Amino acid sequence: MEIDTFLLLRQEISLLAIALLLLIVEIFISENKKSLVIPLVIFLFGVHTLLGFLPMEDGSLFGDMFRTNGMIHFFKNILNLGVLIVMLQAADWVKEKIVAQHRGTEFFILLFSSLLGIYFMVSSGDFLMFYLGLELSTLPLASLAAFEIFKMKSSEAGIKLILSSALASGISLFGISLLYATSGSIYFADIMGSITGNDLTILGMVLFFAGLAFKISLVPFHFWTADVYEGAPISIASYLSVISKGAAVFILMILLFTVLKPLMQYWENMIYALAILTMFIGNLFALRQQNMKRFLAFSSIAQAGFILLGLITGTQLGTATVVYFVLIYIFSNLAAFGVVQSISLQTGKENMKDYEGLYRTNPKLSLVMMLGLFSLAGIPPVAGFFGKFFLFTAAASKGYYLLVFLAVVNVTIALYYYLLVIRAMFLRTSEEAIPFFKNKIFMRLGLIITVVGILLLGVYSPVYDYIYALSATFN
Amino acid sequence: MIAGITIYELLTVTSILFFVGVYGFITRKNLISILISVELILNASVINFVVINKYMYPDMLQGVLFSIFIIAVAAAETALAVSIIFNLYRQISSVEVKDIETMKY
Repeated sequence: MEIDTFLLLRQEISLLAIALLLLIVEIFISENKKSLVIPLVIFLFGVHTLLGFLPMEDGSLFGDMFRTNGMIHFFKNILNLGVLIVMLQAADWVKEKIVAQHRGTEFFILLFSSLLGIYFMVSSGDFLMFYLGLELSTLPLASLAAFEIFKMKSSEAGIKLILSSALASGISLFGISLLYATSGSIYFADIMGSITGNDLTILGMVLFFAGLAFKISLVPFHFWTADVYEGAPISIASYLSVISKGAAVFILMILLFTVLKPLMQYWENMIYALAILTMFIGNLFALRQQNMKRFLAFSSIAQAGFILLGLITGTQLGTATVVYFVLIYIFSNLAAFGVVQSISLQTGKENMKDYEGLYRTNPKLSLVMMLGLFSLAGIPPVAGFFGKFFLFTAAASKGYYLLVFLAVVNVTIALYYYLLVIRAMFLRTSEEAIPFFKNKIFMRLGLIITVVGILLLGVYSPVYDYIYALSATFN
Repeated sequence: MIAGITIYELLTVTSILFFVGVYGFITRKNLISILISVELILNASVINFVVINKYMYPDMLQGVLFSIFIIAVAAAETALAVSIIFNLYRQISSVEVKDIETMKY
């Protein structure tokens, strides 16, 4: 084995190197200079993100346990970009609240461990690597959700997340063991060759699917979502809602489109029912939320329902639209979460009522929020519209007209509650409006990147063409 | 391989174990009991992997190896869950589910 074959692991190695370097920095940096870690981490991760865009060849390592190709590599870059934005938005919060408890470095180490797990999960070539990646991505997240150790809500979020994800991975494992029983292998390539539609295989697939559906928070498995998002630190909630959900959607898509493709007639019906349930329940529950974090939690459940419209197709068009939608969703959701975070950090207010009259005091911040919400709702000039439009096109191309109709009904419901926030910010006036404040440099940078992403991605069509060209691998 | 016992009996036991775990997860009122139920689910799949490996595909060790990894990860998971429960107990002096319902609906 040549040493340069390990270059396929380049992203993982560089991320691990950053995490290990941070451990050393944590030992040698003096107590009163701990906050210097934050710019260092952001610089290192920025370099890592930039280096990630260098081209990489396809290939596999460790007897096909680890594999990478153009699409997987591109998706890792998307995730890097998302995590960079999350870190920029979290920087001020870490500096003010966490460094004072001497745990600033820990936060980033745990965040990188979780991202490393996601890397291994999306490029896994067998179920063992998939399971280890899934757990490595979930366990640090649970400790991060419980990171504010003096707040009861944070611990509550942590215990809810760890127990539900442990249950989910247990159910998933039972499903994997049944798939192993019928096909005799845990390697994706071997299973693909020998899978047949007998009852045990279908049971295994359903159980396995249920485990991943917990991660994506599809409807019968969504109960943890709102509670965890509300209790966890906001940057962790945004990480959970975009990065971890996006990665779970991606690996589910790979598995459905390649390994479980022979069972398509069964999982089609399953996804059909789940998509309708997820969209309706996510949207209807979002209507009655007053807390912004819970509101965004239910909106992210509803968005997961829309993603299923791309998953149901099983074609190259489906792959391309799902990845494109996830890319746009990262930018739009992080814009909304970023504004909520900056307001919560400055004033401690998180309710929709507190946002009344925000436009008069903080016009720029409300414009960012408006763009993010318009993109989530799918209003034409911004990127979110194109993401949804392509998803619906993909579903319609396979003849799911009723499903597309129901999705459009849901877009209308969603528009109503997104506009509720916008009405509160722009049309209402309030005596106790949040006073004007200026964001620090990192938060401003994080918000600017999301705005640029939202405005550019919809207009600049080569991105979609590029994704479509890459997505040929999985069909 | 156990003489006189077929794979059907063993898989029946693991399936029962699995559903006992799921039932316990839903009905228990104490965080530690919920954690024990999760362990039951994980152990059901561990036994499943070993039994299937031994009875159906004895020439490869994939299932047995997988089960070792599950045991290790389950230990990490339990340690983390217990430490979060400790932290919760310091704040509210309780590990009952009814006391951690501050966020609902």
